[in-house]
Amino acid sequence: MSSNGIRDRVAIVGMGCTPFGERWDKGVDDLLIDAAKDTIASAGVTLDDLDAFWLGTMTSGTSGVTLAKPLKIDYKPVTRVENFCATGSEAFRNACYAVASGAYDLVMAIGVEKLKDTGYSGLTGIRPVGDGTDAALSSPAAFSFVAPAYAERYGVDPEEMKQVMSRIAWKNHRNGAVNPRAQFRKEIPMETITKSPLVAGDLGVYDCSGVSDGAAAAIVCRAEDAHRYTDHPLYVKALSFVAGPGGGPIDPDYDYTTFPEVVRSAQDAYHQAGITDPRASLAMAEVHDCFTPTELVLMEDMGFSERGLGWKDVLAGTFDRDGELPVNPDGGLKSFGHPIGASGLRMLFECWLQLRGEAPPERQIATVAGGRTLGLTHNLGGAPGECVSFVAIVGPELSE
Amino acid sequence: MTAGIISWGVYLPYWRLQRSAIGASLGGPSGRGSRSVASYDEDTTTMGVEASRRALAALDGTRPEDLFFATPAPAYLDKTNATAIHGALELPTWAGAYDMVGSVRSSVGALRAARSVAGEHRAVAVLSDLRTGMAGGSEERDSGDGAVAVVFGGPDDTAVAEWVAHAGTTAEFLDRWRTPGEFDSKVWEERFGQEVYVPLVHQAWADALKSAGVVATDVDHVAVVGLHTRAVGAVRGSLGVRSEAVAADRAASVGNLGGAEPGIALADLLERAEPGALVALVVVADGADVVLLRTTDALPAAREARRAAGLADVVEESGPGGGDVPYTRFLTWRGELLREPPRRPDPERPGAPATWRSTPWKGGFEASDCRACGFRHLPPARVCLRCRTIDEMDRVRLADVGGRVATYTIDRLAFSLSPPVIGAVVDFDGGGRYRCEMTDADPDAVRIGTRVEMSFRKLNTAKGVHNYFWKARPVGAADDAGDEGGES
Repeated sequence: MSSNGIRDRVAIVGMGCTPFGERWDKGVDDLLIDAAKDTIASAGVTLDDLDAFWLGTMTSGTSGVTLAKPLKIDYKPVTRVENFCATGSEAFRNACYAVASGAYDLVMAIGVEKLKDTGYSGLTGIRPVGDGTDAALSSPAAFSFVAPAYAERYGVDPEEMKQVMSRIAWKNHRNGAVNPRAQFRKEIPMETITKSPLVAGDLGVYDCSGVSDGAAAAIVCRAEDAHRYTDHPLYVKALSFVAGPGGGPIDPDYDYTTFPEVVRSAQDAYHQAGITDPRASLAMAEVHDCFTPTELVLMEDMGFSERGLGWKDVLAGTFDRDGELPVNPDGGLKSFGHPIGASGLRMLFECWLQLRGEAPPERQIATVAGGRTLGLTHNLGGAPGECVSFVAIVGPELSE
Repeated sequence: MTAGIISWGVYLPYWRLQRSAIGASLGGPSGRGSRSVASYDEDTTTMGVEASRRALAALDGTRPEDLFFATPAPAYLDKTNATAIHGALELPTWAGAYDMVGSVRSSVGALRAARSVAGEHRAVAVLSDLRTGMAGGSEERDSGDGAVAVVFGGPDDTAVAEWVAHAGTTAEFLDRWRTPGEFDSKVWEERFGQEVYVPLVHQAWADALKSAGVVATDVDHVAVVGLHTRAVGAVRGSLGVRSEAVAADRAASVGNLGGAEPGIALADLLERAEPGALVALVVVADGADVVLLRTTDALPAAREARRAAGLADVVEESGPGGGDVPYTRFLTWRGELLREPPRRPDPERPGAPATWRSTPWKGGFEASDCRACGFRHLPPARVCLRCRTIDEMDRVRLADVGGRVATYTIDRLAFSLSPPVIGAVVDFDGGGRYRCEMTDADPDAVRIGTRVEMSFRKLNTAKGVHNYFWKARPVGAADDAGDEGGES
């Protein structure tokens, strides 16, 4: 695919993120106000200074009014976007393009989701009226095809596969345990994870991401204006988004060991950012660990691991917070929680903290001190073989 | 040319309820034998589809152009149920489809209606029943679920059994009854019904023999069916036929199929009778009906074709089935035991326009094949997944094509009346892949490579709308290719 990219033309100059979790005390409006308030404070601006807004939410509201009303926005453009689990990232991507085009000077991307008010467990979804023939499989079930397919293709013993999955959950819970904004702030022993009750296929409760409420936001402007607002902006190096043809479930050649949409969007993003060896170049990655086997396959689809060897890297601790390439140092969807519309911006918020040296010492990643400067965020929305994928790369320095 | 029967199809559900399980749960005497049980995703319409598919499986040539559906337990009122069967069989638009619902006796009406239009074109009578009754009662214990389809021939067909005569008697009296919506039938004291029934049957029997110009001893095989057990027993011994001519029933293994019982009895006669035999079907229901048929020389070849098509006969169908359903699960399926649902949203009602537009897919399980590259799409697509050619597709029906499980999962979160849901990715013989639910399967026995066939089922009922679609069900053992290495 071809995309021109907008490398170094746009900068993030302020960010905010609410604590994620079962926020019985906060409605959608409260979460939006909390995230927006922190974000304008972070950039040192007021709502009046902002020219336009992009709101990402999948189920918690429709239209720009969902944001305009609680923030009392004064007759400005507010665009509501939705793109499955990449919804928050889509709000960010479109805000960046609007600034890069010159249409606006200073804009906000904000994402929110209030999942816990439904009273149901898991995602409830919103579907148009159909003919009733869609398989009634749950999201965990759709993703549960991945682990056995991977194990079979690469000759991983089923018990060892379970260890690999549990190791990913263990790592992300360990990272979330020291993050005050995370939904689950407790380390979970490997044995507890491995023995958790099954939800679908081999996926136990601890292989699934947290269902939660939360909001996060970013303010972006053209790169040349960034220093009006902060001495430490984050420059946007790459933005890639693809929607696949959705043929995996009916394609006999699709074997559930890869997400082609992710491969394409990662390649495009690396091309935009001028990256050839992501494992050696990136300081960190925030990836879409909706289920533990997803994170495993992502390590290969994003080029962090050789095909068929990702599971060994997982067991070797390569992606731990103190490993060679920290993945989901904030706890990921797994323990930070996954309010759909907010997740993509939450990932950028971790880059904002880590790459600019603002993460607390107890959870600061070592790769930044080691000289690496780039952070990657990634969302996958949908199901294996029929999904959308988003990849962004950001960094605190302008390229040569 | 004489209008007659050219084919038949019998469908009994996979599940059996051991009568001993009822006593074990509720206390009281332990019954013997078993009954057939429609699964949670079946109703009289879906079973009617399965029986009809079997009736048509060994038959070449034109499709039936009239369908008469008889059931005492219709899935819908006001709306025709036969149209769902018409849709699943993909009968021609001009073919008629009519319900005859509410009583066992309607089954004879359906057979007679199909026979009356036969000769002009093929016609099928579909007899289906799902018998309910209060927990611990005789209706629950002695009944069974199932469906039978009987096809009558058109102008070019050679009948395997010619219709020789029919005679009937009708009487208005209270034998058994229920008002719409009730779960259980009431019956009057049995000796009263026997007193009224027996003379009515004898009159119809005599009239039928007279009409055919035969005497009772000329009858080679006779089956007597009805829900009034005492009356049926009394009639069996008093028809004047040779004792070995009286057919046994299947009460011990599958129970009395009610509205489908005349069908399964007829199918059994056709499977056992020699060519040129005179066979009689006697139905005891709100009066009596006697049908006399003469089998023809075409019968052995028809049986051979059925065997070649892999169709089980009545004896095999009436065997132990695929598995025993625990009594508590049986009560759950019938809505008598209210179980806590998962904390998931209720299923959505399918939309009428979207359903109507997708009839060939939803009803006929049609795929589309790309003319440019051959890639097969389920559901049918307009743009080819492989070569992106637009609107160059041929439709192909996959409902009757087998396949194998490419991979599967056990979904413990998805909504189901009988969790867990088994999700299977099926590769069809000759091409095409689709992910669907599995049914009639043991979650622990499913393997990669398990052979499956498609079965017409009810996915759910939402806001009074039955959502019919196809599921995969295992047939026999797994093939060798791609097995996970486990024992299969």
